[in-house]
Amino acid sequence: MKATVVRFPGSNCDHDVEHLYGSLLGASVSVVWHTDRDLKKPDVIVVPGGFSFGDYLRTGALARVSPVMESIKKFADDGGAVIGICNGFQILCECGLLPGVLLRNIEMKFLSRFVSIKVENTKTPFTNKFENNSVITCPIAHGEGNYFCDEETLKSLENNGQIVFRYCDREGNRLDSDRERNPNGSLHSIAGICNARGNVVGLMPHPERAVEGIVGARGSDSGLRVFQGLSL
Amino acid sequence: MKMQVFVRLKSGVLDVQGKAVERGLHDIGFGEVGNLRVGKLIEFEVNEKDTARAKDRVKEMCDKLLANTVIESYEIKSA
Repeated sequence: MKATVVRFPGSNCDHDVEHLYGSLLGASVSVVWHTDRDLKKPDVIVVPGGFSFGDYLRTGALARVSPVMESIKKFADDGGAVIGICNGFQILCECGLLPGVLLRNIEMKFLSRFVSIKVENTKTPFTNKFENNSVITCPIAHGEGNYFCDEETLKSLENNGQIVFRYCDREGNRLDSDRERNPNGSLHSIAGICNARGNVVGLMPHPERAVEGIVGARGSDSGLRVFQGLSL
Repeated sequence: MKMQVFVRLKSGVLDVQGKAVERGLHDIGFGEVGNLRVGKLIEFEVNEKDTARAKDRVKEMCDKLLANTVIESYEIKSA
């Protein structure tokens, strides 16, 4: 398998993704700079987390107009598998590959902690190694993760099964108003979504930081399965 | 020509930053403050003499980069 990781000025989760694809999954990994247009013909593209362009203007706004994004849009339009994690999710929303936007966390604070998330759509290339409704643990680390969209979009996300990950407790129960379960105030406890076709996925939690038991979230390595969907 | 773009969160969108600033003002004795919302002012110059044409271009800039119209509205002024 060939994976391509996009690096913007201010990306900081690119190395984790490079490590997991290269060292843990035996994939060949390319890292492309934001000014590159050649994506190196990958099977999967990862838009990693971090603080691209210092979060200036809005999170993900300046990354959206980077030359590499035109190639990524074309890759996604052709059905290629794209995942955006944290800042990568914000970028995919900004450039319109995914609907909605990530607002500032409802209680204003930067959140760095573990969360439980439930996998509710197992048809995407990033969730097809999960049982439906399985609960996994991942870290979050963001200031703007409060998913928002208009009512019509929300309805279509729900009806089309485009809500891929939802914040919940360890048993999988969701309560939107509970800051333990839904820490950033996201609409309908949305932690991650996909486009209508299902080939583009974005999420705020960091599965790439939960891929090895020894350093994984609460000792869990279940984040690795997110990246195994295409490889096995 | 000097241009100004005011970017504001749309009315239905919760402005947690505005709420925090409002609370801060209350804390230092400005209890009369309510409905505070924080926006952005972006100022720049354009090499264009025709106001209508300049505004058209700036509108395009707003839609493509300066504002996220999912949550923000914008207002363009020329000075």
